[in-house]
This record gives sequence, structure tokens and C-alpha cells, in this order.
Amino acid sequence: MPSQVNLAVSNQRDREHNRSRLVKIVNARLIRDHKIINDDVLYLYNGKIIDPQTYFFTCGDLPDVVIDAKGLLIAPGFIDVQINGAFGVDFSQWHDEEKMKKGIDNVARGLLKYGCTSFVPTLISSEMEIYHKVLPLLKPRKGNKTNGAEVLGAHVEGPFIMPSKCGAHEESYLRVASGGFSDFVKVYGLNEGKDQIVKIITVAPEVEGVLDSVEDLVHKGVTVSLGHSSATVAQAESAVEKGARFITHLFNAMQQFHHRDPGIIGLLGTTRIPRPYYGIICDGIHVHPNSIKMAYDSHPKGAVLVTDAMAAMGLPPGDYALGDIPVRKINNERVEVIENGRLAGSVITIDACIRNFKKFTRCSIVEAVEAATLHPAELLGIQNIKGTLNIGADADLVFLDDDLKIVKCFIAGEEVDI
Amino acid sequence: MRLIIRQDYDQVSDYMASYIKDRIIEFNPTADRPFVLGLPTGSSPVGVYKNLVKYHQNGQLSFKNVVTFNMDEYVGLPRDHPESYHSFMWHHLFKHIDILPQNVHILDGNANDLEEECKKYEEKIKSFGGIELFLGGIGPDGHIAFNEPGSSLSSRTRVKTLAYDTILANSRFFDGDINKVPRMALTVGVGTVMDSREVAIIITGAHKALALAKCIEEGVNHMWTVSAIQLHPKALIVCDEDATLELHVKTVKYFKGIDDAIQNIIGRENVGLQGNYK
Repeated sequence: MPSQVNLAVSNQRDREHNRSRLVKIVNARLIRDHKIINDDVLYLYNGKIIDPQTYFFTCGDLPDVVIDAKGLLIAPGFIDVQINGAFGVDFSQWHDEEKMKKGIDNVARGLLKYGCTSFVPTLISSEMEIYHKVLPLLKPRKGNKTNGAEVLGAHVEGPFIMPSKCGAHEESYLRVASGGFSDFVKVYGLNEGKDQIVKIITVAPEVEGVLDSVEDLVHKGVTVSLGHSSATVAQAESAVEKGARFITHLFNAMQQFHHRDPGIIGLLGTTRIPRPYYGIICDGIHVHPNSIKMAYDSHPKGAVLVTDAMAAMGLPPGDYALGDIPVRKINNERVEVIENGRLAGSVITIDACIRNFKKFTRCSIVEAVEAATLHPAELLGIQNIKGTLNIGADADLVFLDDDLKIVKCFIAGEEVDI
Repeated sequence: MRLIIRQDYDQVSDYMASYIKDRIIEFNPTADRPFVLGLPTGSSPVGVYKNLVKYHQNGQLSFKNVVTFNMDEYVGLPRDHPESYHSFMWHHLFKHIDILPQNVHILDGNANDLEEECKKYEEKIKSFGGIELFLGGIGPDGHIAFNEPGSSLSSRTRVKTLAYDTILANSRFFDGDINKVPRMALTVGVGTVMDSREVAIIITGAHKALALAKCIEEGVNHMWTVSAIQLHPKALIVCDEDATLELHVKTVKYFKGIDDAIQNIIGRENVGLQGNYK
């Protein structure tokens, strides 16, 4: 396989002579194959990680640029599969098309400094009209130096969720799917080409019509996630049997753990069916560190770090709005409703999630990084091109020191200013 | 022949790497007059390569004007197979240094016409004016490259069938399964190695003590192919203490005495790299 990849690369190189640079990174510690590989090299060409050995022995070109990583760790670019907004942008707040487009661009470019090179913009429960306006703008878009982080498609959280677990979602927008799958098609406009856009749908399986729609959604290529739900463990298991593969922000907005009926959380203990991946907000506020440690210990390969960030992420502390609600960002971890001091969403960044996760669970560097790279890529079925440093993957890289602080970020083979 | 005895594998590697570095620097190679280096694979040279990489990373040594020829390669093993000698050289040396890909030569064990491949390899070496320094290791049976016991001492690059001992020894790299070890290899001949202007051999470990004794204390013999270096005008062997176990005390003392004389009587500054008096 590597030789085929390289043949394609070399052919392309002939065609585009003088246009693509071959970048060699030396003296790096690569996070690859579930371990840290010391003193290795990476070759980046045409936005991809290519097989350096085959390239060396067949193409015979020297690298155009050699970058000395000086012993830093190199991880795949981070992937955030649940992010509602950042830098003052809220993907669920519609003003006009131009403003939304600009907002998406700002977020995509801004995320790179946190090492986030791919994301799934997330809409909270909204009026149908919002989906029809916003979703077309969230069409998957390649990441590069100009575009910023890659848009992988959209995550729609609701409106087929439980009013009792609606969190910050507006209750009046919530619905049932009494018409079954056709209700999903109608609300999101799935048949108008948007089936390529909606990648993740968060649903409550106990909402009327939802459970029977799971198979059709999965068939459409959608990753079905369980959340904002008071489902029993039996209901949750049924949804997983029908193809649900993810849990939306484990512990938050779901029935809490009870030993006789552990609810959705109980999926982590199932032996009957494959256990789903689970998103977890690692800001130390939304979920207690001990709970994170317990989830991690019971299902380490399923952990997916998400920010679930709102518009004030990436902005300095101050007063902002969550929808129409005035909120105050206290620091880089906490944002509160001014009126009552309640949590008003997360403002954590994905790199900070990784550092927290390592601290809370005492897992290895590799395991912490994989929870924001390999696992979300596997969740979306894109692990061949994202979330790893394997040959043929997109050249989205993060240089990290041993405290997992970002030193450099590359997207599609090009270094970006951070 | 010079025999340098050092304490252990690491010291042997340090000595040999430093020697090669100094030889390249002294040669002062240019694009038109490159330093042509013959290279082995296996466990013996790993430490040497590690040191050469360090010299390169410190900025002490460039391979821009170095041309390399490897000793051998398996027949029929894909080039990117982890146990191919292409992979070995890539991981231990080439990926870390600034050598030009076109200056690297390794026999192609997947060539359609293997004999033609061998012939072309000899011609290629000639086209660079021969090899300046051939670095080598040996097997416990005294083989150099894949020139198994019984190989002609005037052999050239050719296809060889591996000895059963070698297949057994190499099976550890192929999941311990002798059926996965390639049965044939392309290898430079003993004559090819001896044609180079200098031969430098690393021999370490008690398991190679007999081979070292056979190689330097007995006659030239095709059953211990590396013994051919007795006829070479510029041969250097660097070994560790363990590898001297089968040598006569007298032999060890003689070569240690030379080392001592250079160090303490003649003075290292009065002796050239290749042992010549300045």
C-alpha cells in the first residue's frame, strides 16, 4: 500500500513541479501506533504524511525544508466533535449568511492555536429554519493554512431530546419524532444533500419515534449519539444495538448512575454489545475529576475529549451572552449566568482538556492524546486520514512539550502562526 | 593488519565511528571526488551508525559528498519489509543524515535479472573509482557479507544461497519461523570487499571469539572467509575483550603493545589515521 501511495505522490509531484514542497521533520518523538517513537522522522508532501523510506529509495529528491523538532513530541492534530462556538461566534445564532460564514471562518482559523485541526461545529436545539440556513454552511471543508481547521460536518444536538434533560437548550424547540425517520429528514433537511453535512445527531432514545429511526440514520452515514436523555440502561442498550455509537457529554444531562438502573452511564459496563465511545467535558467543572477517572478506567479506549465550548471560548473574561441570556466569563474554565451563577456552558480549549485528562486520570501522554485524536477519528470512521500520524494521513500535526503545551501546529503540511 | 582492542561493544562502536568520521573529514570529499563507503547491516554496526548520526546532528559530519554501497540484500523480500536491508539502512542511518538518495546503493533483491543486477553493481562501484573504505562485521562462522564458509575468496557480487546456520540465526527477525527467512541473497564477493582501499571490521562478543582467532591466527581459508583480509594491505579490526578469548595471550599483548606504544611513546600526534608515521 505505501508504494501505491508514493507512486501517486510522485506522479502528482511531476505534474505540479515547483508547487509542492517536501518537508522533512527530524529529531521528533512521534505519537504513533499507541506509543512514543523516539528520534524518528516525518515526511510531509502535498498535505499528506508520506512514506519516507519509499520516497527516499524511489523518488530520489532531497527535502526542500528540514525542520528540527528538537526532541519535541509530535501528535496528530486534535479533533473536537462537540463545539457550539468560540471567539464570540455561536453556530446556533443566526443573523445573516455573511455573518455566519465569517464566524465559521474565524472559529476555524482561531482553533489552530489550540492544536485543534478538525472540528464538528455543533448546533443546539433550534427552530427548523435555523438548520436549513446554517447546515449548508457547515458542509465539510478541507483544512489548510487559509481556511483554518477542517470542518468535518455538523453535530446536531437535539431537538429530539428530553425536556427534563434539556440543559441550556430552549425547551420550546424540542420535539418528538412521531413520524419516525421522516421527521429527522424534515427537521434537518437530510434529503436535500445535507445528509453529507450532518455527521453526528444527539438524540434521547426514549423520545417517541427516536429508537425506530436509529437504523435509518446510521444507514445515512450519521453517527447516532445518546444524550440529553433520562433513558434506562435497557433503552440505551437497545439504541446501541440499533447502531448508536456515541454518548454525548457523559454524566451531563442524563439520568445519574443508579446501581439498579445505571442509565446511559451503564453502557460503560455492558458486556453484551460493543461499548460506545463517550464524549467527556474535561474542564474539571462539568464533571468531577474522580468521575472522569472512573469512566476512563472502565473504558479507556472509548474516551473522546470534547470542549462543548460556547461563544466566549477564546475571548478574555468579561460579560457575554448565551443566546439571549447574559453570562459572565470568570476565567478560562468557568462561565456563569449572571442572574443566578449557574454554569452557562464550557469555555475550555481542547489542548487544556488533554492536559486535564492526563492529570485527572494519570493516564500516559499517548492515552491522553489519543482521546482527542485517534478516538474521535475512529468514532467518525476517518482514522485513515485523521487522528493518526500514519502514512497517508493528512499532515495535521501538533508539536508538544512534555507538559503537553502547544509549541507548533501544522495543517495540511503547512506551519501556522500560533 | 591492525587490531584495536577495546573494552566492550560501546567502546568499539565509539572507536570505529570516530575513525570513519576522521577518515571522511581528512579525505575532504567534494561532489566530484566523493568518499566511497562500503556498509554492512546486522547487529555489529548499529552502534557505529548511532554515533555517526550523532556526529551529523552535532554538525561535525556531513554525508553530502559521501557515496555508499551496501554489502547485501535478501532476494524476494519486498524493499519496504521491516527486515529488508533497505529498511535497516533507512532506520539506522539514512533517515537521520543528509546523504543524497542518488548516492545510496543497495542491491535490488527483486530485480528481474538478478545476475545482471550483480554485474551492474560491480560496474557501478568501478564507476566511482572503487571503494575507499569498506566497513564490515562478521558472523560467528567468520563470514563477511553473505560469503558463507566455502565461498571463493576471489568471488564477486553474485546470488548466494544462505547457509542453514545463517537461516537459523536470522529466523529471530522473522517471528522465529525459519520458513519465513529468505533462502537467497545478493551479496558482494570477498574479492569485492578486498578490492576496496581499506577494510575495517568490527568483531564483538564471546560468540565471535573463535572466528577472530581463525581469521587472524591461522591461514587464509575459505571456510573462514574474513581471513582473506590477511592479504589486504590496509586492514583494521576493532574488537572487544570478549572477542579475544580464543586468541593467544601473545597475540593480544602484541596488538595492545602497539596501541600502548602509539599512545605513550610515539605520541598519537605523530601517527596518521591509518597507522602511518607522519
